[in-house]
Amino acid sequence: MQFIKPDINIDFIGKRKLALIISLVLILVGFASLVRHGGPHYGIDFAGGTLVQVQFERQTDAAEINSALGSLDLGVPVVQSFGDGSNEFLIRVERTTGELQGISVQITDTLEQSFGAGQVEVRRVEMVGPQVGKDLRNKGMLAIFYAMLGILAYISWRFEFRFAVGAIIALLHDVLITLGMFSLFAKEIDLPIIAAFLAIIGYSLNDTIIVYDRIRENLGKHNKESFTFILNRSINETLSRTIITSGTTLLVVLSLFVLGGGVIHNFAFAMLVGVLVGTYSSIFVASPLLLLWQKKSGKTA
Amino acid sequence: MSKSLNIRGLVVLFCLLLSLFALVPTMMRGDVPAWWPETFGPIQLGLDLQGGMHLVLGVDVDKAVESRVDTIIDQTDIRLNEQDIIYKRIERRQGDRLVIQVYDEDEGRKVEALMRDEFPALEPASMTGAGGYIEKHFRLSDDEIENIKDYAVRQALETMRNRVDQFGVSEPTLQRQTGYRILIQLPGVDDPDRAISLLGKTARLEFKMVDESANIQEALAGRLPEGTQLLYERSTNRATGVETEIPLVVSAQTILTGDLLADANVRIDSRFNEPYVSIDFNAVGARRFDQITAANVGRRMAIVLDDTVYSAPVIRERISGGSAQISGSFTSQQATDLAIVLRAGSLPAPVEVLENRTVGPSLGQDSIDSGIQSIWVGALMVLVVIIIYYQLSGLIAISALVMNLFFIAAMLSMFGATLTLPGLAGIVLTVGMAVDANVLIFERIREELALGRAPKLAIESGYAKAFSTIIDANLTTLLAALVLFQFGTGPVRGFAVTLSIGIIASLFTAIFVSRFIFDFYLKNRNIKRLSI
Repeated sequence: MQFIKPDINIDFIGKRKLALIISLVLILVGFASLVRHGGPHYGIDFAGGTLVQVQFERQTDAAEINSALGSLDLGVPVVQSFGDGSNEFLIRVERTTGELQGISVQITDTLEQSFGAGQVEVRRVEMVGPQVGKDLRNKGMLAIFYAMLGILAYISWRFEFRFAVGAIIALLHDVLITLGMFSLFAKEIDLPIIAAFLAIIGYSLNDTIIVYDRIRENLGKHNKESFTFILNRSINETLSRTIITSGTTLLVVLSLFVLGGGVIHNFAFAMLVGVLVGTYSSIFVASPLLLLWQKKSGKTA
Repeated sequence: MSKSLNIRGLVVLFCLLLSLFALVPTMMRGDVPAWWPETFGPIQLGLDLQGGMHLVLGVDVDKAVESRVDTIIDQTDIRLNEQDIIYKRIERRQGDRLVIQVYDEDEGRKVEALMRDEFPALEPASMTGAGGYIEKHFRLSDDEIENIKDYAVRQALETMRNRVDQFGVSEPTLQRQTGYRILIQLPGVDDPDRAISLLGKTARLEFKMVDESANIQEALAGRLPEGTQLLYERSTNRATGVETEIPLVVSAQTILTGDLLADANVRIDSRFNEPYVSIDFNAVGARRFDQITAANVGRRMAIVLDDTVYSAPVIRERISGGSAQISGSFTSQQATDLAIVLRAGSLPAPVEVLENRTVGPSLGQDSIDSGIQSIWVGALMVLVVIIIYYQLSGLIAISALVMNLFFIAAMLSMFGATLTLPGLAGIVLTVGMAVDANVLIFERIREELALGRAPKLAIESGYAKAFSTIIDANLTTLLAALVLFQFGTGPVRGFAVTLSIGIIASLFTAIFVSRFIFDFYLKNRNIKRLSI
């Protein structure tokens, strides 16, 4: 079976202006959302805070939990329902304390008083102090930075410097759009999301390299043809592979998103956006960038 | 050709058998001879999957420095009196500074000589005159301060290790981290609140004499007699369960500390059927306790733990046996925990909780279930797509994929890596990406076939041409995974581990194993048309 005929010839590069507009719109929409919310919406891993995941024996709702917690001096707790069952909730407060019996104990004690002993099961507690949060944030940023640096070096060594720059810009493009989507859908950036970002970087790069590899090969084979022709031909030749691999990866990520459970939900969301954007960018961003570079250096030479 | 085929077959077979061998303890859990899991441990689950507690505690090292200065002040006080040096006051300022006020230069020089001889770790800082007095300042050297801090963290770690051992948690992890922090991981702990207070309680036990002459009302208003402090005695009414706090003025001087304890045990009071903690002093402590009780018959002695008075009994007679009891309306669990912390020793400085991640066992199991389910469903969907698209060759890719999962599990066991929830996500992701290598190869083979090459030749050049692409693509992803491993903490590391292992395993299965299956299948057949 074949989706893509071997003689397919779509003019991808010709649509680079449209692609540029689409990319800019996606980035700007995400950026606007980021600005409106005053930066990324950090989860407690990075912002510091206390999170308690509780399951109730009987049906309840966020309003009831909020009023039960009203007597505590905790600022405004954010209560949201967790997973598909309506009797499991995440309670998050910004405050932390270094005391041994921390805020989580206060919260569960108060809930037990309102709902009765044995009615409340604490499934998860996370408390991250502000200092640790800051450390984790710095580490995360550093991780992404070093990954990009390593990639730049590797591609410069295996290909050429211009390929490396193209790949890195495509990666930044993917991460920026995913970041924007997180802000747009009001999802929190947590430690696992940094892992997801690095996985997106890995995946998108994988995709870009496969196209670049074909470009490199075709540059040697068809040295009489125009650069635009070579780019188009390379993308078309790898199109079948791009669709199958993206498709299978999307399938598993989708399965993770739907079935993976609440804890991993945001991670799967990031991957979902990342795989889609990563596939798009290796065709419509990474390759046209090479053309742009070619034209620029052609003029100056 | 056929010889190399045999060798490659043996390599694949060896890897399969080795993996099976490594996975037996994971699959059979407990039903295997003991040497087996010792060689290849069962796959370890992270705290987020098996439930448990991850704590980062920060040791308040500045407090350790302060208390060292306080100790030096006590000793200096004694020495100054012994040598009949007249001084007005001796006190600690700004944490690490010791100040002695004297009346004239002569005494000042004596003080300096004494300090130089007795406490060489102290540096004379500066000398100021204040209101007709001369102040001699001393401070601990930076090296000494660093030593004290370092020792405090080491001692805290040691004490916590003792406490955890007595608490009875299987396979706890206690590690020192930079910045005076201690990382503690307690898998499967079922009462996290109890564990945290057991670990973090300073447990500084002190005996102080009660100052009966002080006026409590005055003291509550903040006017304390010199050399005393205000503490509260906490007690719970047995019948109503109401907690009360009674203010008590005690002498600031500690006459005996928990450092001199030899043992602590829970006993049951026969009159009220209530638990108490019986403590035994070591030889030095017993002698001191003997002297103190002999000298203070009829007065009250407060037993103070972390600045809370547990009880303040009247000394009725001299106690020479070296044992005492701490009663204070405990529940039996409280008494047990108190005995544990007293036996294990006190922390050199208070600690605070910097990070706490606790996952209950039920959530962990849910995460495992949904994680495994999403792996199966994801893998099944990939399987269907690949077989429809590539037919018989797709079947080869799928066998490679299944072997891939098998190898990943085996490597997790062999490297003693920990499987976390993001780790499971890493495996799911690998399933999606592992077929990529085979897709690349198959697309190349199709291109070669389209050029009119015979199947055998097409396969050969398909593998050859795809090889460098696959290596480049996977090595860069591996690069990202390794960076993640280097900078990641906890669960994120788990993701990096499975992703790296997954990439290595998929390189092997997609390039080596699938090629072997092709060659094996085509060995003695002359295939005209390849099912791809």
